[in-house]
Amino acid sequence: MIRVVLPPHLRGLAHLAGDVELDVKGPVTQRSVLDALEARYPMLRGTIRDHITQQRRPFLRFFACGEDLSHEMPDAPLPEAVVSGAEPLLIIGAIAGG
Amino acid sequence: MSRVRVLVGTRKGAFVLNSDGKRERWEVSGPLFAGWETYHMKGSPANPNRLYASQTSGWFGQIIQRSDDGGKTWTQPGTPPGEPTTTPEGMPKGESNKFVYDSSAETGKPLMTHQFYDGTQRPWEFKRVWHLEPSLTDPDTVYAGVEDAALFRSTDGGKNWKELSGLRGHGTGPRWQPGAGGMCLHTILLDPKNSGRMFVAISAAGAFRSDDAGKTWRTITKGLYSQYIPEPTAEVGHCVHRIAMHPSRPDVLFMQKHWDVMRSDNGGELWKEISGNLPTDFGFVIDVHAHEPETIYVVPIKSDGEHYPPEGKLRVYRSKTGGNEWEALTKGLPQHDCYVNVLRDAMAVDSLDKCGVYFGTTGGQVYCSADAGDNWAPIVRDLPAVLSVEVQTLP
Repeated sequence: MIRVVLPPHLRGLAHLAGDVELDVKGPVTQRSVLDALEARYPMLRGTIRDHITQQRRPFLRFFACGEDLSHEMPDAPLPEAVVSGAEPLLIIGAIAGG
Repeated sequence: MSRVRVLVGTRKGAFVLNSDGKRERWEVSGPLFAGWETYHMKGSPANPNRLYASQTSGWFGQIIQRSDDGGKTWTQPGTPPGEPTTTPEGMPKGESNKFVYDSSAETGKPLMTHQFYDGTQRPWEFKRVWHLEPSLTDPDTVYAGVEDAALFRSTDGGKNWKELSGLRGHGTGPRWQPGAGGMCLHTILLDPKNSGRMFVAISAAGAFRSDDAGKTWRTITKGLYSQYIPEPTAEVGHCVHRIAMHPSRPDVLFMQKHWDVMRSDNGGELWKEISGNLPTDFGFVIDVHAHEPETIYVVPIKSDGEHYPPEGKLRVYRSKTGGNEWEALTKGLPQHDCYVNVLRDAMAVDSLDKCGVYFGTTGGQVYCSADAGDNWAPIVRDLPAVLSVEVQTLP
């Protein structure tokens, strides 16, 4: 199972208390994980990537295994530790204020 | 006894304030959509339990919320036609959040760019919904004014949105430009006597009128003079902050512009200035007394740049003569050291016998006057910055 950690705003929107576990068919990439996430929680459509262009919203970033994956290609494979479920894919809002 | 429900949008969520007709004791509920900006929340005149809200975030985008029980519960009303309204797990779908500019060939000329602050052309890019205006007669029909400026309509209770692209496509779009708050369509007025007529206002493009239910549009800016734009009497480019109308006289419009308070007696064909003895004619809100069509309210704000009340005194100004002659209303409002702003969608009136007037501030206060402005009291003092205030008068 793929683990995804969402920022608090999106957890609230999806009525989630904690992390998400997703069963992703085929290659595990940013795109396939987000497709699975949005299929299960359609209210998140448009909140992480644009409805039409599918581009990542500018104030969000993707991290895993201590690496910034925000600028990786959407179809690039995610790290093996994410694929195995050992590490989560982190979706993080840019820090602002304070 | 009648009662009122005040809908307050703030920088960090929404609040619902309830009172009986005396408007002395208030029950405050919220925050709804905690942590999200709520630009606007408004009830349907045809079904007061149907509320719409614009929940938005610079990080996560736009969410439309709907309540069918007067604000107790909320859902996202999304889904394409013919599909189930929820996922197999029972979750609501996300189509209601989708605002896509119309670039289809059949609706005419796709309009791709507008003027940016520096005069260059920029592509239209959806950012958020500023204002939701429910139809006067159909609870499932609602209009949305958005940034970058455009008008959308839903006819299925907010599930799906379609742009009324004749507004952007009517010819002047490439000359529209953002005001300091963004290029927003913030005012939507529906004519209660003529179902085909509607008015919108955009910062900083100006004011527009449609006489065919939003299909085609014309500018209504004759008489406006804006010394801060290269051509002060241009057809577009005016930073209109707000327009108000009394439902009994939809041809009479009152406007608070970036500078100048204006009036039109002919549906926007011609405007004349009515700033009169105001201490400053800059401001954002303007509204009309529920029972006296010539009684209007503004909150003068010091500008450029400061955007707080002159002399640190929060004063509502009332004209009972349709403009030009204004009196300061101060009882119950802070008269020293007050440096809040009152944003363009943050004033409303109820329709009880003694008209109630309400406004919210960027300091988080929501004030109510239950006697048409003579006396004021705060309903709440410490909300997040208030973006919008609407009021429903309920049986």
